[in-house]
Amino acid sequence: MSAVMDAVGALPPRTGDRVIQFREALREAMSEEMRNDERIFLLGEEVAQYKGAYKVSEGMLEEFGPKRIIDTPISENGFAGLAIGAAMYGLKPIVEFMSWSFSLVAADQILNNAPKMLYMSGGQWGCPAVFRGNDGAGGQLGSTHSWCVEALYANVPGLKMAIPSCPYDAKGLLVTAIRDPDPVFFLESERMLGDKAHVPEEQYAIPFGQAYKHREGDACTLVSFGRPVNFCLEAADELATDGIEVDVLDMRTIRPLDIDSIIESVKKTNRIVIVDQSWPFAGIASEVMAQVCERCFDWLDHPPVRVTTDDVPTPYSKVLEQAYLPNAGKIVKAVKGAL
Amino acid sequence: MPTTTTQTRAGNNRAKGLAAKLPDKTLHGWLRDLLLMREFELRTMAAYQQAKIGGFCHVYNGQEACALGTIRSVEPDDPVITAYRDHGHALARGMDPKFCMAEMFGKVTGCAKGKGGSMHMFDKPNWLFGGHGIVSAQTPVGAGLAFAARYEWEVLKKGLDGGKAKKKVCLCYLGDGALNQGALHEAMNLAGLLSIPVIYIVENNGYSMGTAIHRGTTMAKDLGRKAAAYGIEYLEFDGMDMMDVYDNFKPFADVLRDEQRPGFVNLKTYRYQGHSMSDPQKYREKDEVLTYQERDPIVTLSDYLLNERESLTDEQYKDMQKDVKAQVRAAVEYAEESPEPDLSELYSDVYVNREKNLSPLGPDVYVEGAGNALLEGN
Repeated sequence: MSAVMDAVGALPPRTGDRVIQFREALREAMSEEMRNDERIFLLGEEVAQYKGAYKVSEGMLEEFGPKRIIDTPISENGFAGLAIGAAMYGLKPIVEFMSWSFSLVAADQILNNAPKMLYMSGGQWGCPAVFRGNDGAGGQLGSTHSWCVEALYANVPGLKMAIPSCPYDAKGLLVTAIRDPDPVFFLESERMLGDKAHVPEEQYAIPFGQAYKHREGDACTLVSFGRPVNFCLEAADELATDGIEVDVLDMRTIRPLDIDSIIESVKKTNRIVIVDQSWPFAGIASEVMAQVCERCFDWLDHPPVRVTTDDVPTPYSKVLEQAYLPNAGKIVKAVKGAL
Repeated sequence: MPTTTTQTRAGNNRAKGLAAKLPDKTLHGWLRDLLLMREFELRTMAAYQQAKIGGFCHVYNGQEACALGTIRSVEPDDPVITAYRDHGHALARGMDPKFCMAEMFGKVTGCAKGKGGSMHMFDKPNWLFGGHGIVSAQTPVGAGLAFAARYEWEVLKKGLDGGKAKKKVCLCYLGDGALNQGALHEAMNLAGLLSIPVIYIVENNGYSMGTAIHRGTTMAKDLGRKAAAYGIEYLEFDGMDMMDVYDNFKPFADVLRDEQRPGFVNLKTYRYQGHSMSDPQKYREKDEVLTYQERDPIVTLSDYLLNERESLTDEQYKDMQKDVKAQVRAAVEYAEESPEPDLSELYSDVYVNREKNLSPLGPDVYVEGAGNALLEGN
């Protein structure tokens, strides 16, 4: 299956006049699914009366009422576990973590119970829940609040993980996440919630495991997911001024990972740079590199290159934090180094 | 918000209690169930010693009246969830002992296809949502089951299966060792706050592995204050006597079901065996075990039926014991003779919607030359 270049099948066009914020795209996905399926409910800290700590759920309490939009106390392990029980019973919970950083105190529930229940019960009970919230650094929140959990959590079989990079994908991927019968970890970014772009009004579901190719080029394959996809696009613009055209692949989901599209691109470009906003050690970038080496080693004209955050706890200082994160400049340098 | 009352009831006068009013057939059935649970564990221990059963294994001898008395007080489709000392709950819920034994033998005919083991008994037809291995991890999940049952009745207004909605309670069991895990306190706070009809049943056998309760738990003699802190109704009573458990628990559960709010029960009980099969039990005196064995739930109920109620004859009782022994022997034979899981089961039940490329390896993504070819040669 090759990467999606344009609207395929039932997917509406990515361009148009209806411009909304990333957070509104998320809200549309949830609200429309909730209108169609009464088994779905949203719970988390400040999701109801406060209208969402980041205003993602604004207006949902008024529409769906307090039985379906549920404020919880600050007890992630408790309410994540509650959602897992409800999902086993047959409901479809959406859990909002104010930040994925806070999900660490719910690790036993979300890692030991959600993804393993189907297996441990011999297929009797799964966990059709969505866990969503902000992931990643960039807001000067210091080490404890800046987690990128993708590498840590994607390690666990039984869960799926989606990481949208733009409002269009945010809506389409969240719809798929809600409809999926397996536990889905949905990683948003507080830095992107205000991003505006065209989002179709209609409800659409973007299939998991299909990368989106934002740009076409044959000099190098640039692979990323989530917020850094935007840095890759900036870098691609800059590289183009030097006459270097690159494939920019947005993975959209990490589990499943559309390795086929990556391999197809690498067989064309013979070079790959992977951009990952988490740490380098045993990260998603490492996983992509491993799979590329396993599957198309002989097609590579240069060792795979990764651009990640530095291998240190996230600093508070704005200067240090910016230095720590991936950015377009680092990506340009990495691509040029791989040519 | 629920009102909170703290109450302690002494053992009832057995002949005047609710259980005594039940038909002979029901009480004889209870006795048979208790015998089955005991015999099953004796066979489990033997099989474990023969290395037929692997991993951790925690037996239920002595505590049988806790699970049976509470489970017989509720409806067969009320959700039940428990910790890892779960064989008794599975049998009380109606699981065929052969599926329970086969699970421990790791056979594909086990209740979870041999993927769960002793600590993870799951039985969908009997509404048993597990056996859970991490201490107290089941307590928020139990709140979720009860939340969902209430949601079904209150929001969906019909059953998820399309049937009629009804008020349910969830029975969520825990050992006294689970009292000090944060998960329980978060779950109790949520249950109190959202008025969730979950009943936390502490099977208080006095030991968290080898640590006596007062060494690990504050206010161990007054657990009611913990429930009160979360606005949860509390009840404590002796868990060694089946009829006593029923007499105390049935009205308690009925009220909580009707009023859709949580409860917390402190069931005083005792485990005759060690924490797990590998426990040398150096932390307690033999006399302590013998003291409790004098109040054995099987002896108490059989005494009542044979001598006080006189509804059961010695001969009938002997037949019952013989019948139970045969059933458990057959369960062991079934487990022995059942096939091992096919290696393809390694990759089944990981996902409901198993899409392509969910995993870098496995039967549906295996590519020639890829490293770590797990299935190579199989």
